Amino acid sequence: MYWEPDKECMDREEREQLQLERLQATLNRVYAHVPFYRKRFDALGISPEDVTSLDDLTRLPFTTKEDLRDNYPYGLFAVPMREVVRVHASSGTTGAPTVVGYTRNDIKTWSNLVARILVAGGVTKDDVVQIAFGYGLFTGAFGLHYGAERLGASVIPTSSGNTARQIKVMMDFKTTALVSTPSYALLIGDTLREMGIPVSALSLKYGLFGAEPWSDAMRQEIEDTLGIVATDNYGLSEIIGPGVSGECLERKGLHINEDHFLVETVNPETLQPVPPGETGELVITTLTKEAFPMIRYRTRDLTCMLPGDCPCGRTGRRMSRVMGRTDDMLIIKGVNVFPSQIEAVLFEIEGTEPHYQIIVDRKGAMDEATVLVEAAESIFFDQMRRQREMVERIEKRLAQELGISVQVKLVEKKTLQRFEGKAQRVIDNRKLWSSPHGKGA
Amino acid sequence: MLRVKNLHVSYGMIHALRAVSIHVKEKEIVALLGANGSGKTTLLSAISGLVRPAAGEIAFNGREITRERVDRIVGAGIVHVPEGRQIFGPLTVEDNLLLGAYHRLSLAGNADIRAEVDEVFRLFPVLRERRRQLGGTLSGGEQQMLAIGRALLARPKVLLLDEPSMGLAPRVVREIFGHIARLRKEWGMTILLVEQNARAALAIADRGYVLETGRIVLQGSSEELLANRDVQRAYLGRGRDGTA
Repeated sequence: MYWEPDKECMDREEREQLQLERLQATLNRVYAHVPFYRKRFDALGISPEDVTSLDDLTRLPFTTKEDLRDNYPYGLFAVPMREVVRVHASSGTTGAPTVVGYTRNDIKTWSNLVARILVAGGVTKDDVVQIAFGYGLFTGAFGLHYGAERLGASVIPTSSGNTARQIKVMMDFKTTALVSTPSYALLIGDTLREMGIPVSALSLKYGLFGAEPWSDAMRQEIEDTLGIVATDNYGLSEIIGPGVSGECLERKGLHINEDHFLVETVNPETLQPVPPGETGELVITTLTKEAFPMIRYRTRDLTCMLPGDCPCGRTGRRMSRVMGRTDDMLIIKGVNVFPSQIEAVLFEIEGTEPHYQIIVDRKGAMDEATVLVEAAESIFFDQMRRQREMVERIEKRLAQELGISVQVKLVEKKTLQRFEGKAQRVIDNRKLWSSPHGKGA
Repeated sequence: MLRVKNLHVSYGMIHALRAVSIHVKEKEIVALLGANGSGKTTLLSAISGLVRPAAGEIAFNGREITRERVDRIVGAGIVHVPEGRQIFGPLTVEDNLLLGAYHRLSLAGNADIRAEVDEVFRLFPVLRERRRQLGGTLSGGEQQMLAIGRALLARPKVLLLDEPSMGLAPRVVREIFGHIARLRKEWGMTILLVEQNARAALAIADRGYVLETGRIVLQGSSEELLANRDVQRAYLGRGRDGTA
């Protein structure tokens, strides 16, 4: 099933022509209407007409979160405010928020791209879609909302929070598709168990999850507890919100909507392109955005481009799940560590709950990392010996996986904080440097 | 089927087209919009070989035709209907039409060409009525039909139409655009259309491009272009508040 088959299954040569046309038109527009880009291009002696192939993209300068903050609030808009029908913003918990805008056409494009992702994830117009993302400045809820409406599904905008009410709505309204963060889906699963509600009391079939990195093991857990098929989708407000890419039911990577976004993966340090199959920072250029075009935006999300074709027939290249963020990457004892690696290990080990927290401290000149893991009740009330064995087993596996030793502490079930939005897994007490970007939401 | 990449055209010091890339698929109607002097006619002329690009490439059905001779471009199926119709006033309507098949006329009889003229008459019955009349005596709308009819005699696969609405009354414009839409629907014609009358063009086109001082600044479906405020202000005569 496709939403726009002629676009999603477009042959490569045809798509490359379309991408070039759209890239050139976008560059002409930003050069004419956004002083920031004009100055940057002029400083490098680049004119939009120097871009004559998709490969020429690499000659253009990157745009960063910092640039968005410097131009707060409307400096990077390419149209006057009277043409903007919607404004969204990131939360700005650690700095100035970043503001993005949409024209009427942008909203239409957004709705269509999200509809593609919903259809790829199994949703049809007959589905009842419960959107448990927070409605507000965050793009997630509105993006999925419009996509589902565009598709003709029935939308229930429950927003996030109040898990018991979410479950009541889910049962009474016969929700068939759940949209939320993966960690919130887990929390819903936990709450169901606590309330003693069997999964058979729900009508859920599909779950579309995004807004934070998760693992295949976590997917399995969500699918088992909610009795659904779960797919991953990806997007960020700076680019459009959800709608950048999403998994089809093959679940072999996220199909990128390449007719609207040009993607690159680069080494976050050297900024040189990395080959397909190798992990790098995702860099995105918008091809059709009117109000807020982005040229080579450094997403700080780490992924890799997957080689080969997908049996589903969509021709858009696929990216792997986001493995983490360049600014989530912890350097512990000189080694790069991603929370997602730790999560994957915990999922392998029976008797642990998929909730964890990583605490990094510095004692003298040495880094110390401690992983707090929730243990199942059966383990916790068991003898000390079994607990100790378990801790040792996790420490050993983590040492193998990460290449450094970390300490593991078991904590009782439900003692770690739960998140209704994006989970905060890392507490870094080292205060080594103030991150150049701060921590975006 | 028609693919233009990074086309540059200069007239002396004037850089008329800058890295223009467009494409037209089979049986599509694509509109080129833009103000006077934005490069629309230059782009059509570069495709039909009437002006030579300084750089870039034009491919038709996978074959590069960028520096091909004009008659070979016509032979390949790209036929240009120029701005201002360019009807031969002292010739009859029928002779004007036959000139479209000039490269195919032979002394051995032209039965197939006669049949094609009949087809054109079926599309434009008014031309049949006026077949013996001199081209110069036709009304503007009839001359436009004659110019299109003459182009059809060259057996085009793609028609390049330059300002078919120019100088015509609104009612006649509607009629001409109705014929253009029929050409696609009934003849399976592929059409690249240059128009100042953006509303009329977007009403029949699938997609469009907007040129500004030789650069493509917007592209999209007709629906998207109609919803774009820049297009509305510049080409649809709408006020700043978006009302008509």
